[in-house]
Amino acid sequence: MVLVETRALVKRFGAFTAVDGISFKVERGEVVGFLGPNGAGKSTTMKVIAGFLEPTEGSAYVAGHDSQLDPVAARQRLGYLPEGAPAYPDMTVGAFLEFVAAMRGLSKPTTRERLGELVERIDLAEVWGRRIEALSKGFKRRVGIAQALVHDPDVLILDEPTDGLDPNQKHEMRELIRTLAPNKAIVVSTHILEEVEAICTRAIIIARGKLMADSTPAEILARAPARDPAIQQLVRTTPLEDAFRHITLESAGS
Amino acid sequence: MSKTLLVFRREFAGYFATPLATVFLVVFLAVSAGMTFFVANFFDRGQADMNAFFLWHPWLYLVLMPAIGMRLWAEERRSGTIELLMTLPVRPWQLVVGKWLAAWAFAGLALALSAPLWITVNYLGSPDNGVILACYIGSWLMAGSFLAISACVSALTKNQVLAFIGAVVAGFVFVMAGFDLVLAAVRPWAPDIVVQAIASMSFIGHFQRITDGVLEVPALVFFISLIVFALWLNVQALDARKAA
Repeated sequence: MVLVETRALVKRFGAFTAVDGISFKVERGEVVGFLGPNGAGKSTTMKVIAGFLEPTEGSAYVAGHDSQLDPVAARQRLGYLPEGAPAYPDMTVGAFLEFVAAMRGLSKPTTRERLGELVERIDLAEVWGRRIEALSKGFKRRVGIAQALVHDPDVLILDEPTDGLDPNQKHEMRELIRTLAPNKAIVVSTHILEEVEAICTRAIIIARGKLMADSTPAEILARAPARDPAIQQLVRTTPLEDAFRHITLESAGS
Repeated sequence: MSKTLLVFRREFAGYFATPLATVFLVVFLAVSAGMTFFVANFFDRGQADMNAFFLWHPWLYLVLMPAIGMRLWAEERRSGTIELLMTLPVRPWQLVVGKWLAAWAFAGLALALSAPLWITVNYLGSPDNGVILACYIGSWLMAGSFLAISACVSALTKNQVLAFIGAVVAGFVFVMAGFDLVLAAVRPWAPDIVVQAIASMSFIGHFQRITDGVLEVPALVFFISLIVFALWLNVQALDARKAA
């Protein structure tokens, strides 16, 4: 079942084309890694799918609902972690999550049940009564994840969920995404390549707004150029990094 | 609970999360009392009414209401929370109305805290409390108009200072609309009907008719329709930013 779909998505800001004709589908059970250099159009694509930005051309669908024409129904099925995991700094973690749950139309008992589960799973108990402005980056990001999961959505769009986390937290976040995966369609943007290998069933690479690759991590790996054994590497790179560099720099014509 | 009400509650509590609320309430009461007693000479007038208090409200609100309204959208945009808010399953108008209501209720609280003055007037003489009530309602509606304009301007920028200045300038046009300063600039080139239309937009003119003692229906309709229009414009401003 296709839960996320973009059709020939184009987003221009003035003369600048941030997203240039991107089409892809994500089915239930898939975790798609959204890869690309900074400024490639990853966040913009995610914002369009979430309905925060209006596409210049093309359309985006969440669980079959057009994110522009039928925004409320689309957002009902969507959990979205915006870039930087924004949250109201003056609220406590508990008040913030309860606010989001209520805005999503959850009843009080459901909210209590869902939040109780999430607090345990994401480890938020110790900061429950603390103001968000006083949280560390790691906790802030976890609050952002909790906010996206509160209504148990079918679709998760996570913009750099592990950014700013320490190695242990990164590991926990990946495990969480993995356990959620079977019942949802998940799109995760990242520029950490090991993450793709660790959790993604598919990887989409975009560069300069264009879709450069859409296949399994293994297939992308196969696109790595052969190493010339005569050239000594100053900085050791992994084969996946080689593939990424090859694919994204290709688009720049170099 | 209705989504509008949820936004209202969060936003209203937001005012009290920082010292802003206290500072604002103190400044409002101090300045309005200062104007009443020292500029309008409340005691020397020897009249048991509150005109000396209400007289200054258009000017007071011109600066103070943008101070309440400037953060409504600009802060969301700066901190990125607007992305969170606008991707919740709600209609933009529910957010717009909820936020404005919170600001308006806060302004209402400030106004309500002037009650000691009203008690004093009643203690010293026997004022026409019907007129005073009309003045309070009129003043609160005018505050709502200033706030709706401020919220609308705030939706256009992520810079709160710009939002403040923009709202003061827009409010100034409405306050001054009935004055010759504005009308003289328009009269030479605009047809008479335009000049009259601008003159009829005057906040001071409408507010004065209310403080004169009658809860004049046209004046009420004026403020209410201005609020509705500015909030509609606010929704449009949010939509326009989506496509930008």
